[in-house]
Amino acid sequence: MESESILVIITLKRELVLEGGNAPVFFAQDQEEQERVSFVLSKILKGMIHDLENGVYLIVRH
Amino acid sequence: MLAIAAGTITGTFARLIMLRSDYRQYPSVPHGYVIHLALGLVAAFIGAVAPPALLARRYEAATFLAIAAQQFRDIRSMERDSLMAMEDTELVSRGSAYIEGIARIFEARNYLAMLVALLTSTLVALVPLPFGLFIGVGGGVLLAILLDKLIYWRTVGEIARVRASKITFRGASMEVEGIVMANVGGERIRQLIQKRGLAVIIEPFDDNASATLANLGQRQAIAHDAVAVLGVTKDVEDPEFTPLVRRNIETGRLAMVLMAGEPDLESLLAAVRRVPVIENVVHKPLSTKAGRIAAD
Repeated sequence: MESESILVIITLKRELVLEGGNAPVFFAQDQEEQERVSFVLSKILKGMIHDLENGVYLIVRH
Repeated sequence: MLAIAAGTITGTFARLIMLRSDYRQYPSVPHGYVIHLALGLVAAFIGAVAPPALLARRYEAATFLAIAAQQFRDIRSMERDSLMAMEDTELVSRGSAYIEGIARIFEARNYLAMLVALLTSTLVALVPLPFGLFIGVGGGVLLAILLDKLIYWRTVGEIARVRASKITFRGASMEVEGIVMANVGGERIRQLIQKRGLAVIIEPFDDNASATLANLGQRQAIAHDAVAVLGVTKDVEDPEFTPLVRRNIETGRLAMVLMAGEPDLESLLAAVRRVPVIENVVHKPLSTKAGRIAAD
């Protein structure tokens, strides 16, 4: 099995994402911005958007 | 001489009728036909030469058959290599199990062509002419048709019930009848999947079928063939529209979600039913004593 990797994190709440991970973190003002930024990044990076259902989106390459 | 000619022609004919191409079979282009007909001709010739040579007490003919077997093993690796090289270019890959299955069939069909040639040549050489010619060719053609009917891939439709279902979302979780397919982020993508996605449930008839369908290669083959027939609404930058085949770990049922290019459910069901069961992944726990104890 190939390994999945988190490419980008897009979060509404800064406190949910700690420093020190190896994925860049984008902060979005509201959900609309989060949706839009996630969509654009997923197309650029050829990754898939995942929703942790707590205000954090991930772009993951499978 | 006549025996060899009759055997070679009948054997090549046998290879020709086994070289059908439908949507899933691989030689769909003229060059693919040329390669396999040429190799089929060689196989038939070797098969046809053996009986007259043996009748003339030239027993070294047997070694030719052995060399031929060695040669034809290369056909399997040739097919495997060329399909493997294509894998990266497929939007939905075939998977290594499917490729292995296809490659084995190409090898086996050469042996069948050889067998048909062997039978024809033997009959022509043994039975006095002119009856020998008719009996030989007739027998060869009959064997070719019989082998073609007997040796075939079973299909998913024979080992499982395939029916339509529908996609539901619970939060970001995409599900089909309780089977979790994937976590899908992005409201826009969820709406697209809801609108265009087709869902299929595959219910195995017994424990054998359940074990076979659990194989990842078999599942990939189902996804590949479904896409081959219906197309897929997907490009390289849309991994979220990749067809998914997931298993219910309790019941062994499979669920598939497909963003079909041609969203026709009936066509999809027919395509999934006709997906071949890859022979190398077939599991038969029910034919063991221990497996039958667990079955009830």
